[in-house]
Amino acid sequence: MVAKENPLAQFTIDRLIPIHIGGIDASFTNSALLMVIAGVLLTVLMLVATRKAALVPGRWQSVPEMLYEFVAKSLIDDNIGSEGQRYFPFVFTLFMFVLLGNLLGLVPYSFTFTSHIIVTFGMAFVIFVGVTFIGLARHGFHFLTFFVPHGVPKVLLLLLVPIEVLSYFIRPFTLAIRLFANMMAGHTMLVIFASFVAPLGAYYLIPGLLPVMIDVALMFLELLVALLQAYVFAILTCLYLNDAIHLH
Amino acid sequence: MDERDPLASLRDLGKGLEKARQGRDGGSTARRATLSRDSQNALGLALRIGVELVVAVVIGAGIGWALDRWLGTRPWGMIILFFLGIAAGLVNVYRTISGMGMAIGYRQRAAPPAPGAGFDADDED
Repeated sequence: MVAKENPLAQFTIDRLIPIHIGGIDASFTNSALLMVIAGVLLTVLMLVATRKAALVPGRWQSVPEMLYEFVAKSLIDDNIGSEGQRYFPFVFTLFMFVLLGNLLGLVPYSFTFTSHIIVTFGMAFVIFVGVTFIGLARHGFHFLTFFVPHGVPKVLLLLLVPIEVLSYFIRPFTLAIRLFANMMAGHTMLVIFASFVAPLGAYYLIPGLLPVMIDVALMFLELLVALLQAYVFAILTCLYLNDAIHLH
Repeated sequence: MDERDPLASLRDLGKGLEKARQGRDGGSTARRATLSRDSQNALGLALRIGVELVVAVVIGAGIGWALDRWLGTRPWGMIILFFLGIAAGLVNVYRTISGMGMAIGYRQRAAPPAPGAGFDADDED
């Protein structure tokens, strides 16, 4: 029995408000809509929850406080040290944006903008350029010694420096592909199992329930993946920042 | 409480902030070592390294292919960069694992510190 729903159809970009400026398609898409929702949701959460700041936090106030603690301590302090706190706004925004993108994508009928490689690559590329710039600004051309390993015979440098340079330029790609691949694979899997429900359930009830149960379990897995991938994305940003700041 | 002049309370606040900052800076290094080997990090680490290896090879070969097209040196660029990509991927994975997420960096932390770089003497374990 062939499933009618294409498992990849969920990733289709719909132009909600077509906008064309000088031959460039700048339409407001469902992807853009979800990004706006994520941004607004984050802003509202932060503003409303901290509006009535109390010394003993209430239920709503404790949410941003926990998030702050997590990003400031587990991500920045443990990976960069206190010098990294000046990049807190960037890391926090990035982490929350990816996290909300992943989580909003799990809501039925919504759209996962982090499952598009151009979105994740855009973010990864900004991080890559930013980190390189920070490294160059802080250390000048000394930053280039980054690519020369310590205590290696001169002949081997001919081989090692290209490897180091290559592994540096691979960073934005791994960062982007990891997030995109995880989100896309998970969501595709959900739809594939969901597409088994009707064909199997049409004959017998019990086999039809099986894919439903798998999908329920997969939703929990996807929740975990959504949290973990946002965490991994943010922690790698911190590690890259650490390299640029603590060049030695 | 409000009867004190505002400058004094500001000064108190300044002192308090200074104290908090010192506490944060002092505490961070001690906590770093214990937290870096947390089990929570292990799952993140496992998810990280799989992609690292594959992408490195693909990007290496891709850059080689692009260079060949540009310079007309087919097939040498692709062959060389394919193997460099494998090496780079392995290096990245090795560093991720051996540093347990602490050092994807390009200097091993255990390496003898360069003169004037004493700030991370307490870094490794």
